[in-house]
Amino acid sequence: MTASGFPNSRVIGHDVARVEDEALIRGVGRFVDDIVLPGMLHVAFVRSPHAHAAILGIDPSGALGMPGVHAVLTLADLAPHLTDTRLVVAMPSPSYRQQLHRPVLADREVVHVGEPIAAVLADSRYLAEDAAALVDVDYDVLPVVADCVAALEPGSPTAHRDASSNLVAEMTVEYGDVAAAFAAAPHRFRERLWIHRGGSHSMECRGLVAVHDVLEDRLTVWSSTQMPHAAHRLLCDIMGLGERQIRVVTPDVGGGFGPKLIFYPEDVVVAVAARLLGRPVKWIEDRREHFVATTQERDQYWDVELATDDAGRVLGVRGLLVHDHGAWTARGVNVPQGAVAAMPLAYVVPAYSMAIKAAATNKVPVTPVRGAGQPQGVFAMERLLDSAARALGLDRAEIRRRNLVPAERMPYATPMRTRGGIPVVLDSGDYPRCQQMALDRADWAGFTARQQAARAEGRYIGIGLANYVEGTGRGPYEHVSVRIEPSGRIFVATGAAAMGQSTQTMLAQIVAEQLGADMSNIRVVTGDTAAAPLGIGGSNSRQAVLAGNSAHAAAIRVRERVLEAASQMLEVAAADLEIEGQRVRLKGAEEVGLTLSQVARAAAGQAGFSLPGQAGPGLAASEELVIDAMSYANGSAVVEVEVDIGTGAITIRNLVFAHDCGRALHPRIVDGQLMGGIAHGIGNALYEFMAYDENAQPVTTTLAEYLLVTATEMPPVTILHMESPTPLNPLGIKGVGEAGVIPIGAAVASAVEHALSSFGVRVNRLPLSPVDLLGLLNAATA
Amino acid sequence: MPQITVNGKKHKVAAAPDTPLLYVLRNELDLHGPKFGCGLGQCGACTVHLDGDQVRSCSVPVSAAAGKAVTTLEGLGGEYAKARSVAVLESHLHPLQQSFIDEQAAQCGYCTNGMIMAAAALLAKTPQPTDGDIREALADNLCRCGSHLRILRAIKSAAKHMA
Repeated sequence: MTASGFPNSRVIGHDVARVEDEALIRGVGRFVDDIVLPGMLHVAFVRSPHAHAAILGIDPSGALGMPGVHAVLTLADLAPHLTDTRLVVAMPSPSYRQQLHRPVLADREVVHVGEPIAAVLADSRYLAEDAAALVDVDYDVLPVVADCVAALEPGSPTAHRDASSNLVAEMTVEYGDVAAAFAAAPHRFRERLWIHRGGSHSMECRGLVAVHDVLEDRLTVWSSTQMPHAAHRLLCDIMGLGERQIRVVTPDVGGGFGPKLIFYPEDVVVAVAARLLGRPVKWIEDRREHFVATTQERDQYWDVELATDDAGRVLGVRGLLVHDHGAWTARGVNVPQGAVAAMPLAYVVPAYSMAIKAAATNKVPVTPVRGAGQPQGVFAMERLLDSAARALGLDRAEIRRRNLVPAERMPYATPMRTRGGIPVVLDSGDYPRCQQMALDRADWAGFTARQQAARAEGRYIGIGLANYVEGTGRGPYEHVSVRIEPSGRIFVATGAAAMGQSTQTMLAQIVAEQLGADMSNIRVVTGDTAAAPLGIGGSNSRQAVLAGNSAHAAAIRVRERVLEAASQMLEVAAADLEIEGQRVRLKGAEEVGLTLSQVARAAAGQAGFSLPGQAGPGLAASEELVIDAMSYANGSAVVEVEVDIGTGAITIRNLVFAHDCGRALHPRIVDGQLMGGIAHGIGNALYEFMAYDENAQPVTTTLAEYLLVTATEMPPVTILHMESPTPLNPLGIKGVGEAGVIPIGAAVASAVEHALSSFGVRVNRLPLSPVDLLGLLNAATA
Repeated sequence: MPQITVNGKKHKVAAAPDTPLLYVLRNELDLHGPKFGCGLGQCGACTVHLDGDQVRSCSVPVSAAAGKAVTTLEGLGGEYAKARSVAVLESHLHPLQQSFIDEQAAQCGYCTNGMIMAAAALLAKTPQPTDGDIREALADNLCRCGSHLRILRAIKSAAKHMA
C-alpha cells in the first residue's frame, strides 16, 4: 500500500522497518522476567481455592519454617505500611449501587477462586511455591453466585456475605421517544442473546520486579503493564510516598490486550515487599494464575428489541443487558457501557433505550479485553438486523445499507454522550461505501450460485456480514517530549506505553518526518515515569491518536527551533534551510550546513555567550495535545463459512475486512493490528470459552482447555482500506488497535445462520463450538 | 551435577536434574530467547532444539539434555552458518530471523522464539514445505497478536532464500 494519506511525506505513511524487531528477533528484548537483580527474592501467592468462603485464620508457620523462605506477608503485615487496604480504582459513574473495592490481600473473606491471600517470599520460585502450599488457611465455605442472571433473582445468595444484593450498578442509556417509536412501528423483532468473551491471554503473563534503592530512597518497579503512570500514581497513593520515591518502568511487554491496564493486588504486594525486606523482589504470573487472577470479560445476556418501518428502516432499539461484573470493581462499568454505546453507532437509530444491570458473581473481576464490550454490542445490533431482514424479505446487506449513517450526514451528531459526558459525533467516513467494498471483494452478489453448487455436493456454506463504528483515541491527552541532545541524537519520551503494537516505531516515524528522516537517530522511551512526567497509557485504541499527534506537534516545534538557531549560525534565512539525516543544510547548496550536534551544542549555550536565535536554550519541546472528542473509525466484515452438519465444525472459508481508520501512519502496522483483532474475534466466535462449574470453580485453566486460534485455523483474510482523515487531529488519524475484533463474532454468526437457513437455525449465542452448533441444529430440527 | 552443551558451549549446571531445561537456560545460562508462556508445553514460547528436534524446554528435564546438543534462538544463526561451512554471518541471523524482520512477523515478539525455532526444525527436515506442512508444524504454537499469516509468509520466504 502506498502512502496516499501523506502525499509528501518521507517517513510517515510508509512501511518502514520496525525499530522493535532487531532485539526481539534475536531473543535479546527485555521483558520483565528477563530482569535479574542480585539478591532477588521470588514471590508465590497463596490463592483461594474457593469461590466464596470466610477466612477464619491464616497460619504461615509451616511455610516460615522452610529453609530459604524469608517472609509470608498477609494483609495484617502490609496494613501498617499502606494508607488504604483496598484498591480504589473504579472509574467514576453515577450508576454504582454498591462499591466493591478489592483488598490488597483478602483477610476475612474470599470471593473468587484465585483471589490472593498471602505472599511467600523465598530464594527461588520453587521454594516459594512449595512454601505457599504450607500456608494453612482456615476457610468456612459460603454460598456461591455463579451466574449473573441468577444473581439478580430475589433470594439469590450474595457474592459478598455482607451485601444486600448482587446489583453492582444499573443505568439506562437512552434518547428519543422509544415507547412512541415502538408503539407506532409496523414491525418489531426481539432477540435473547448470550455472548461470552474470555480472557486476554497475552503470551507473556503479568509480572513485576521491584527494588528499593536506599541511597536515593527510590523504589523502582518494572511492571508488565499498559498503564505505568496510573500504576505509579496508585502506588504513591497507597504507599503514602512522594512521586520521586517511586519509578514505574514498563519493559518490553509480551502483549496486553486489556487486562494489563488494570492495577492489581500483586502490584502493591511486590512493591511493598521490596521496601519491607530491603531486597529486590520478583513475581511472574504463571498461566494458571492468569486464568484465575487476571481480569477477563465473560458473560452478557441481552434481551433486545428492534422496531422498523415496512422498508426495514430502524425506528427504535430497546432492551436490557445483564452483565457479569465478577467479584470486584477492578475498573468500572465501562465494559457494559461500551457495549451499549457501540450497539447503535453505525446506524441511524432515532430512538434508543438500553438498560444495564451489572451483577456481582464469585468470579474473577471483569474489565476490558481488546474490544471492551463493543463486539457484544455489535453482535446484538447485527443479530436484530438479520432477524428483520429475514422477516421483511430484504437482503441482509440492503437492510444495513438503508440504515448506515450516510456519508452526506457527516459529521453526524448522535444524541449520545461518552462515559465522560463528551458528545458522540461521528466525525467522518462513508460507511455504506465501506460496506460495499467488503461485499464486492467477497463476491456477496455471486454467493447464491456458490451456495447452490455447494448444496448440490451436500455441503452447507453461508455468508454473513457485520458493521461497526468504534470510538477511538480517548482523550484528553498523551505526553510526548522531543529533545535533540548535544550528541545530535534525538530523544523522545512519552507517557504512551508499548505492548507489542509498534508504539516506538510509530513515534519515531512521526518525529523523523520533521527532524531529518533518519529513524536510526531517534530513541523512543515509552512507559517510564521517570522519563515522562505525565501519562495515561495504552487503552481505547488511543496511543497513535493522542501520543502520535503530541509527537507531531512537539517535533514541529523542535524543527522550528533547529532552523531558527541554524539560520542565525549560518546567517541564512530559516526558510532556506532543511534537515536531512543528522544535518541542517542550505537547500540547493548542500555543502553549506551544520550537524544537528553542532546546533544542539550551540543551543545548549556557554557561560557568557549569547544563544543562537531568539527562542531560548535547548532544542526541546514537550506537548500534551488535548483532544477530548473521540474520532470514530468504522469497518465492515464479510465472512464465508462452511458448516459440517455431522460434526458441528465451522470452517471460515474467506474473510474480507474493509475499514477506515483515517490516514495510516504505517499501513503494515495497521494491517498487523487488524489481523490481531480478527484472529482474536475468530477465537471469540468459535473457540474461546472461559468455563466455570456451578460452584464458580474455573474449569478451563490451561491452554489445552482454553483454545486460542493457531496457524491451522487462520482463514484467508483480505483487508481493504478507506482513508477518511478525521478533522479532529492534525495527522487525521483514528485508532485501530481494537477494531479488528469488533465485527467478527457478529459476521460469523450471520454466516453460520445463513449456511443453515434451510434448517431454520437461529444463532443467538457465542461462542459456537461444534457441540454448541449441533445443539442449535437439534433444537431447530426437533 | 548435569553437564549440558548449549549453542556449542559446555556448561555445568547447578540445578537438580529434574529441573525443566527452560529454567536452567534462562536462570543459570542467561539465555532469554526461550520464554515462559505456560509451563505445560502448550504454547510453544519456550521451544529449543535438542539434537535438531524441537522440544518444549519447559517440559523437558535438564537431565534429558545431557549428552545432546541444545540450540536456542541465540545460537541458531551461528549454528546455521557452521553447518553450511560458511563464516559466521556478520549479522549472526538465521535466514528465518531475517525473514521475520522483513515480513514484520513479530508484534509483541513473545511467541517469536517458538515460531522461529519450530520453523527452523521444520526447514531442516523439509526444506521446501507446503503451506499445509508449515501450518501443521505451527499447529501447537500460540500467538495472541494474530501474526499467524505473516509468520507463514516469513517461513516460505526463508525457505526460498535457503534453497
